[in-house]
Amino acid sequence: MTLVNKTAVLEIRDLRTSYFTEGGEVKAVDGISLNVPKGKTLGIVGESGSGKSIMALSILRLIFNPGRIVAGELLYNGADLLKKSEKQMRSIRGNNISMIFQEPMTSLNPVYTVGEQIAEVYQIHENMNKKQAMSKAVDMLRLVGIPSPEKRVHQYPFELSGGMRQRIMIAIALACNPDVLIADEPTTALDVTIQAQILELIKDLQQKLHMSVIIITHDLGVVAETCDDVAVMYCGKVVEYADVRTLFTAPKHPYTVGLLNSLPRHDVDKEELEAIKGSVPSPFELPEGCRFAPRCPHAAKICFEQLPELNKLEDRSQVRCWIYTDKWGQQPEVNRTP
Amino acid sequence: MFQYIIRRLLQTIPVIIGVTIIVFLLMHLIPGDAAQVIVGEGVPQEQVDQIRENLGLNEPIPVQYFNYIGGLLQGDLGDSIRSSRPITDEIFTSRFWITMELAVYSTILAVFLGLTAGIISAVKRNSAADVGIMIIALFGLSMPNFWLGLILIQYFAVDLGWFRPSGWGTWSQNVLPVITLGTGGAAIIARMTRSSMLEVIGQDYIRTARAKGVRERVVIYRHALKNAMIPVITVIGLEFGGFLGGAVLTETVFAVNGMGRYVIDSIRARDFPVVQGTVLVLSLMFVFVNLLVDISYRYFNKRIDLN
Repeated sequence: MTLVNKTAVLEIRDLRTSYFTEGGEVKAVDGISLNVPKGKTLGIVGESGSGKSIMALSILRLIFNPGRIVAGELLYNGADLLKKSEKQMRSIRGNNISMIFQEPMTSLNPVYTVGEQIAEVYQIHENMNKKQAMSKAVDMLRLVGIPSPEKRVHQYPFELSGGMRQRIMIAIALACNPDVLIADEPTTALDVTIQAQILELIKDLQQKLHMSVIIITHDLGVVAETCDDVAVMYCGKVVEYADVRTLFTAPKHPYTVGLLNSLPRHDVDKEELEAIKGSVPSPFELPEGCRFAPRCPHAAKICFEQLPELNKLEDRSQVRCWIYTDKWGQQPEVNRTP
Repeated sequence: MFQYIIRRLLQTIPVIIGVTIIVFLLMHLIPGDAAQVIVGEGVPQEQVDQIRENLGLNEPIPVQYFNYIGGLLQGDLGDSIRSSRPITDEIFTSRFWITMELAVYSTILAVFLGLTAGIISAVKRNSAADVGIMIIALFGLSMPNFWLGLILIQYFAVDLGWFRPSGWGTWSQNVLPVITLGTGGAAIIARMTRSSMLEVIGQDYIRTARAKGVRERVVIYRHALKNAMIPVITVIGLEFGGFLGGAVLTETVFAVNGMGRYVIDSIRARDFPVVQGTVLVLSLMFVFVNLLVDISYRYFNKRIDLN
């Protein structure tokens, strides 16, 4: 298996988003190139602060001061989103490209009914009047599996549970049948049992509506369950980009290996979970060479001196490492004092 | 909703009883003999006794209170000592309505200016407009309104002759007192709106609205403002109450014949029943406005439960 080779509905090319703070420029997204193939799911994995959420918001151009998209191209069906006017962008948001967020508890407006909030999408993008839009909202509630939708449509967000609210968010996002759904940690804030239901719902609707999905998560379990391709991000850069099977069976970047090792497993009896040593460097003091080098158990001299490029491998996967291999288990760890 | 209103109405009853007790005790808190204070020095003892008898001051205090409440329930605030006319007539023929007009116009001005300035400040945070508005608001807040009134009279009435400097009723008489009374409130509302809007604009649901493709104007006015209004409404209610009391100074400066000036004149003339009556009416208005504020919360915050 290789990276999905199919026409990309969305192509991200060398995207750079920076925040200009008093302490200097923070390159939150630092030259990222990814493909979102039609009808498939791309996973983006990384720790907090790796820039994955900012990348997602950049796609919809929802970056506000002091942040700015400084360079790159966002090709949606071949046309660059970064060249569109704000008005054109508005007609794409929530219509062609939609987004759902991590916090269903706070992502809905408390002073409007859920029906009104879904209906608003139809009023904006499909010019419906309120009555038509509300009846479409009921249809959407039914589609996302909310019981007695005729009653729920008139309820306020505070009357619903977290899982229900995330379903409402999905209903809002999918109302206009988008080509791309960006799901930013859609299950992080939910109970484990509800998490599975929500992921199942997203997968199910993806099939029905033939859309592409970008799932942003720090949970490799979610990735294994839902994704076709995966990009691993670290400090604003992609460190490994591969199809899901390759990533799990033959991870090439030491960071990916570290993430996989820190997963709890049922098949191996372990006393303690392994953790990646150290922590994500401050964005103001990024290491000179490979950004992962200070935490990398295998780092060589060159790793501290020069930032590696993304190597494109034969199976079309990509890895940003000087010394990558797919047999890290057999490599000796380097003992060094930081 | 109806039930909620009824419940809030019932809750005002203890407050109103408290107000009547305090206002009633006003008469008894005057140092010395109230009847003597009212008529002043050098008046024959028989006349003092007569006044005391007329005011019912010879009865035990609880009896006096129940007589007072009995009168109130029949709409009787007692008689003015100066004019011997019923206080209700003195107040409600015109004075009450003039003060209400002044307070309502001032509130409208304060809300209009305050909301507009506050929203602009919040949306254009840290811009020149924001800094300018907040500096002006600080001035508006710190300026004593009697002083502002005098300045306005000097420039706009005396020097420029655009408005009439005193009285109430015509447009050219009303403008200056309303500006005088309304600016302080506008400043407070502007600052409150700004901070409340800034907090709401940072919320997740605002990001959701933007991600839906909602226009920025609609994001601000439909999605943000309604949420930001909850604390602002409280301030508007308090401001309106403040205007009723604050009218005392403004009415004096502009020689407006409203409740405020009536209270001042009555205090000077030691016409205590009138002071009692006006304070009571103003207090009840304040309670009523706060009731309206509470009821309007329901519109802005759906979480206030109905049962």
